[in-house]
Parts: sequence; C-alpha cells; structure tokens
Amino acid sequence: MPVVHIPAPARDLTGGVLELEIEARSVGRLIAALDERFSGFGCRVLEDGELKPGLRVAIDGHISPMGVLARLEPDSQVHFLSAVGGG
Amino acid sequence: MATVKERQFRVEPFPGGTAGNMRLVEVGAQRDYNVVGTRPIRHDGTDKVTGRARYGSDIKLSGLLYGYILRSPHAHARIISIDTTRAASVPGVHAVCTNADMPSATHRAGDLGEGIVDWYHLNQNVLASDKVLYTGHAVAAVAADSVHIAEEAARLIEVEYEILTPVLDVREARSADALVLNDDVRTDHQPAGEQGEVPTNVAKHFHYEKGNVASGFEQATVVLEREFTTETVHQGYIEPHTATALWTADGKITVWTSTQGAFLIRMQVAELLGVSISKVKVVPMEIGGGFGGKIAVYLQPVAAILSKLSGRPVKLDMDRTSVFEATGPTPGSYMKVKIGVDAEGMITAGEAEILFEAGAFPGSPINPGCMCVFACYDVPNGRVDGYDICVNKPRTNAYRAPGSTHVALATETMIDEICETLDICPLEFRMKNAAKAGTERIDGPVYPLIGMWETLKAVELSDHWQSSLEGPNRGRGIATGYWFNAGLNSVVNATVNEDGRVSLIEGSTDIGGSRPAVAMQLAEILGIAAEDVTPTVVDTDSIGHTDVTGGSRTCYATGLAAIKAAEDIQAQLCQRAALLWDVDAESVEYVDGAMLRGPAGQEIGFKELSGKLLQTGGPVVGRGSVNADKPGGAFGTHIADVEVDPDTGKVQVLRYTVVQDVGTAIHPSYVEGQLQGGAVQGIGWALNEAYHYGDDGRLHNGSFLDYRIPTCYDVPDIETIIVEVPNPGHRFGVRGVGEVPIVPPPAAIANAIYRATGVRFRSLPMSPPKVLHELLSRERASRESTVD
Repeated sequence: MPVVHIPAPARDLTGGVLELEIEARSVGRLIAALDERFSGFGCRVLEDGELKPGLRVAIDGHISPMGVLARLEPDSQVHFLSAVGGG
Repeated sequence: MATVKERQFRVEPFPGGTAGNMRLVEVGAQRDYNVVGTRPIRHDGTDKVTGRARYGSDIKLSGLLYGYILRSPHAHARIISIDTTRAASVPGVHAVCTNADMPSATHRAGDLGEGIVDWYHLNQNVLASDKVLYTGHAVAAVAADSVHIAEEAARLIEVEYEILTPVLDVREARSADALVLNDDVRTDHQPAGEQGEVPTNVAKHFHYEKGNVASGFEQATVVLEREFTTETVHQGYIEPHTATALWTADGKITVWTSTQGAFLIRMQVAELLGVSISKVKVVPMEIGGGFGGKIAVYLQPVAAILSKLSGRPVKLDMDRTSVFEATGPTPGSYMKVKIGVDAEGMITAGEAEILFEAGAFPGSPINPGCMCVFACYDVPNGRVDGYDICVNKPRTNAYRAPGSTHVALATETMIDEICETLDICPLEFRMKNAAKAGTERIDGPVYPLIGMWETLKAVELSDHWQSSLEGPNRGRGIATGYWFNAGLNSVVNATVNEDGRVSLIEGSTDIGGSRPAVAMQLAEILGIAAEDVTPTVVDTDSIGHTDVTGGSRTCYATGLAAIKAAEDIQAQLCQRAALLWDVDAESVEYVDGAMLRGPAGQEIGFKELSGKLLQTGGPVVGRGSVNADKPGGAFGTHIADVEVDPDTGKVQVLRYTVVQDVGTAIHPSYVEGQLQGGAVQGIGWALNEAYHYGDDGRLHNGSFLDYRIPTCYDVPDIETIIVEVPNPGHRFGVRGVGEVPIVPPPAAIANAIYRATGVRFRSLPMSPPKVLHELLSRERASRESTVD
C-alpha cells in the first residue's frame, strides 16, 4: 500500500502519527481516506477540490504536476510539501 | 555491482574547453553522443555580437508614447489622496493613471508554476492605492510624447501621505509590538497547517521535522549553535526592466517585454487587468539577465493601462535606481543553526530557525531555505522552522537557488568549524556525511540518484585541491550547495524544411544559452547537426503554454519537449519512407546517421527525404509537449583561495574552482558559463553586495557605482570541473545547472578567510570595512590580554 508521510504542522490532527499506509490509487482518494480517518485533514490541504495553492505533492521524491489526479503505485511514498520557486 | 569505493575516477580537460575547464570521468562509464557534449557556435551569436539582437528598449512603434512612473519617497506611509489634475493638463501628456484605473483585486492565490502570488498584493505592488510599503513603490504613471514631458508631469502629481515608521529588520518585524505593514496578513502555518487569526508581519511559518532531535543531540560529541545574518541583495541584471504595450480598440493587448516567462507575464497582465488570457499576447524580447528577477510584472500592466487610456502604444523603461528600489531583491536574513556530530565525525542532529525578509508583501524563498539548510547531508534527526516576514523593503523575488545561498553560509561554515574542533579534513567529513540515493531529507522526500559524493571526489582529484597555498594572510575554503531544479510545462514545435534543416520554435525565453541546448537535443535524436536546427523563441500566440525560464528547468524540460518533437518527426518520416517504398510504416527504421531503412534494405537519408515531403503528404511538423516531473536535484562543491590585506580588509580571490554535478552537459561551454557566472555572483554577495538603508527606510546605494558587483578585475578565471551523474528522469541525463553555483561561494570564502586570518565571519557581506574592523578588534583584544 502507498505510504503517506504526515507533514509536521498537520500531526495535531493525526495524534502525532508520522506516516501510515493508505489503500488508494490516486492522491485525491488518499486525501479522502485521510480525511475520513483524521477529520479536518482535507480542509488543511484542499481548496475547491484541488490542492491548496502553494501546496504540492511529492511521489517517490518527485513533485507531481498532477496534484490530486496523480496516480499512486502500491509502493508509492507520498509527501505534502510547499511550493518551491527557482530563479 | 561496484561499490562507491571500488569506482575509479580521473579529472581531465573537457574536450573543446579552454584551460581550467575540466571534467570528472569515471573509468568504464563513457557515453557516446554525436551532438550532446559538443560545442557548436550559438545560433543567436551573430545577432548578439553585431548588435542586431532586439531587446525590449529597441521596440519602436508608430505613435509610440513614453511613460514615467511616480514612486514613493517614503518607505512606509498611508496614501491619503492622489491628485493628477495638474499632470494631466501638461501639454504633450496623453494619459495619467493610478491604481483606480485598474480593476479591483481580491485576495486570491495565483499559481505561477514556480511560485504563488496573491493577486491583491500584486495589484498593490504594481500601483499602490492604500499604503506605500517601500521607497520607490509605484504610485501613479504618465504617458507623454517624450519621457522628459512624462517625468515633468509626474512630478506635478500631488500625493498626500501619512508617514509611518518603517520596519526594516526581520527580528524587529516579528516582535508582537511591531507596526504591521499589511492588515490582511495572517500567519499561514505550512505545509498543511492552520492559519493564524491576528494581523501580523509573519506571513508564513514553515515547519519540518525528522527523527528524534533531542536524542540526536544527546548522541553528539560536539554540538555547535551559531547565529548568522545576511543583507538584502539584488540580482544585478544589466538590462533594466522594460515594457511596451498596445491595447487596441478590439480589446486585444500586445506586450513587448524583457521577461523570463512570456506566459507568466500573460497570466499576470490578464488577471490584473481583468481580461481573458487569449486577449493578451506577450512578445518576449532578448533578455539582458534575469536570475529570477524578471518573472513578476511591474511595468507591463501599467503600460497597458496607459495605452488603453491614450489609444496609443506606450513604452516604460526603468532607470537603474528604480530597478534597485522597486524590483528584485533577495531577502536579508537572520539564521540560528545548531548541529551535533559524534566522535566518528557523523552528523547526529541538526536544528535551524530561519527568518527571511519577505519585503513589502509575503513571498520570500523561506521554504526552499528550510528545505536546503541540511539538504547536502544525511542528517538522521532534524527540525527546521522558517518564517516569511514582511518589512518595508521591495517585495522579494527569486534569485538563483532562492534561499539556498543564505542557509549554506550557516551550515557550511559550521561544518568547517566542527571539522577544526574534531581535527577532521573538511573534505573527508563531507564525503562521510554526503547525501546519496536513498537519503531522506528533513522535509521528507528521499533522494533518487544524485551526485553529491561525486562532486567531492572531483574536488579530491582536482589540481586545485592537491596544490599547496603558500604565503601570509592566505587561506583555502570549501563549501557545498544544493538546488532542487524544476520540471513544469514546455512545448516545442519543429518543422522539417525541404532542404533538410529543421525550424524549431519554443516558448522558453533564452537567458543562458537554452536555444542551442534545446536544438542540440533535437539534433541528437534526429542524427543531424546542431547547425541544421534553427531555434526561435516565439510569442504566446505562437506556441503552447511554456512555464518560466527559471528553476534551472529549461534545458531539462524544454529539452524533453524537443526530444518528443524529434521522435514525432521520426515517426512521421518513417510513414513517408514507407509510402515511397510501398511497405508498412512499422517495418521502417530510423537508424543512426539520420538514415531510414526499409525491410528490404532500402535506405534514404534525412535530407533526401526532406526534399520529398511536399510530394508525399505535406510538411512534417513534430510536436512535443511535456509536464515534466523528474528534474533531478544538483549539488556543487567550490574551492576558494583568498588573500586578506591586513591593512585594508580587502579580500582578494586568488583562485576559484567550481565543481558541479550537471547530469549531462549538453553544451559544455554554456554549462561552464553558468558555473562561472553563478560563482561570480556568489562572490559578489560574499564580499561586497548589500542594500544600505537609512533609518528612514531610504535606499542609499541605488546605483552600480554604490552597489558594487564584481567586475573582471575582482575575480580570477573561474575554473570548472563538470561532473556527470545522469538524471534518470531525462533521456540524456540532464539536470538543471544554473542555480547551484551561486550557493557555495559565501561559505567557501568565509571558510577561506578564516584560514587566512583566524576570524570567523557569520555576517554578509565580508566587505573591507567589516573585515578590517574584525581584524583590528582581534588585534586590540590581543594587545589588551598581553597588557593584562
């Protein structure tokens, strides 16, 4: 199952849980599952059904341009990160 | 599979380079390309050296008016009223505008791909209506028959201000009793945190944590905690900002401008002016430097409004003082960093608190600063807190590896100090602790294949590192740096001409040689010469959305688009050859040497087939569109030799070598140029560059006479060693190049100065007065202790 790593500022919602396995085929479904388990998580990361502006999802170390539509593999490692702008 | 220790390397001249352009070669790991790795003459070279290249200020249009922007003389003030009556009545004036002529904006986030912008804040930065938040903040604009009339009229605009006390220091701005710049700003805790409820200057708080930090420090033999500061600095591009706009009666807007991203300018102009993006065409002109500072709009919307009001095209050019006062800078900072290392020289824990100036509005590169502070090393336990803090300075913008140079000063000088404490070679320490494939950063992601260790190996094998440095007041330092690089959207269209050459069009503005680098990737796939490809950067109506030339993404992502376009051409040519030979297209191969081969051994060359396209179905156009997501991060390690004049405090850089993993060097000369240019900018940041503000918030050094960037007299020839650890996310292994080289210089030079003088500098710039002050203070202390 994909492993999602909970960002430090959101661990107040997960009771300190740092990471957990979630059965999901996309980032959107993963967030829905997290929100079901940890009420309020969805509000922290979503706006109008999309990732909040400035929030990115990294899958296996790579920032995905697909946001909630990004597909997950059974061994995917998922991180939520803030956007990075280069020069 | 060979372990790292069994791999064998050598450093040798990079073919075609000049003296001092080297590469690291791993024995038995050669790659064979025909075009990639060669040094063809740049396609835009003739126009550049003959003065034919067209920059933004070269635009001349029938009926052109010239604009002038009135700027605030105050760093912090409330605007009570603006009266433009007298200015509008000046003969030769055709339009006067203020923020009231723009559609009202609301607080919504705009995603610029490489960063986020609040549309209300951008609206207020372009033309202020409520408050001015820095000296030089734009307030109103005039268009007239000449720039002199426009300037004279602008001075007749009457602005009544309620002057407020400026807030210039991040620590002061963070305090609970600080005057708040923006009443609408609340602290946004990221990533995925909650938002604060009270007005504040602290716009964002980033928090990352890994492992058990307390336990990590308990395991340490040596724990250091140090504080650092850096000053506000500018990108220092030579070409000032410029924009010419024409708003026609049918509601279409054309903007000619100097920008790193025409599509991002289109998006911002459309949003701020309340029109559809399809009504806006942005024509990117040649660009005289950007380095991150030419992504946001300043003049473009104002020129468009003045054009709408006057019915004529309007040009706005900034003077140098306005460039310094109102654009650019990268933030000043305060950092407190703590590192623990065990007796074996292994890092056990790291902790950092980082405060960045956002400038007038939120948006400093504090997040990448947080993510980079320990990114070069395998740090098992860590905690990083970063704060984006508004102060009365220009709204900060990206500058080469935004945020990473600041934090490298802290981490890399502390590592030098730790190595001295533990009596460990600083190169050996870095090799032991280097991040590698599988290392988890403190912000979470795990590195894929990276080349940090290989850059250190190249340092070890380099002539520079192996040479001795003799003489008094001289010292050598090294430092390492990291940048993520970016992917994002790119489009390339390529048309095969009947003469066997290819016209390539792209949306990536060419800052540092990307035209040839992109053309070479297409040529490599097609098996033709780079000179047989003509690359052209086109306007936003002529190509699909292409993100900004920034984040070191263009050679990687637009290169991928070129590769896709080339593959599309190959597939179409196979169909044409199949038609000629009356065989199935699947049975035709595109083989090395730009040749197509049929199932019965038939052959036709690329050039010959190109001449038959119009008779076999029409022109062939290859299309490549990508949303790239595996840019591959990059690391660099620099070696600096300096000599410090004990009488003046002047630091002379004697020898400087840049070592960087670039994945694969498509055009080594441009790679070397990026490495050298970035290093020189970093040397300027280290030794001289700083905004000097008075207590009233007015900038005292807004010119290149007083804001001193390095010239060729200040730096030696910068030596380079290209390391090529291929990026698995690119067909040829390309990684971004342009940002990393600015990261290590301040730390490398600080470490070298320490070796030369025994004084540790934790504050930039290390300018002659500061260095001399420290040397004299130490001398005085030494005398006093002798007397005692």
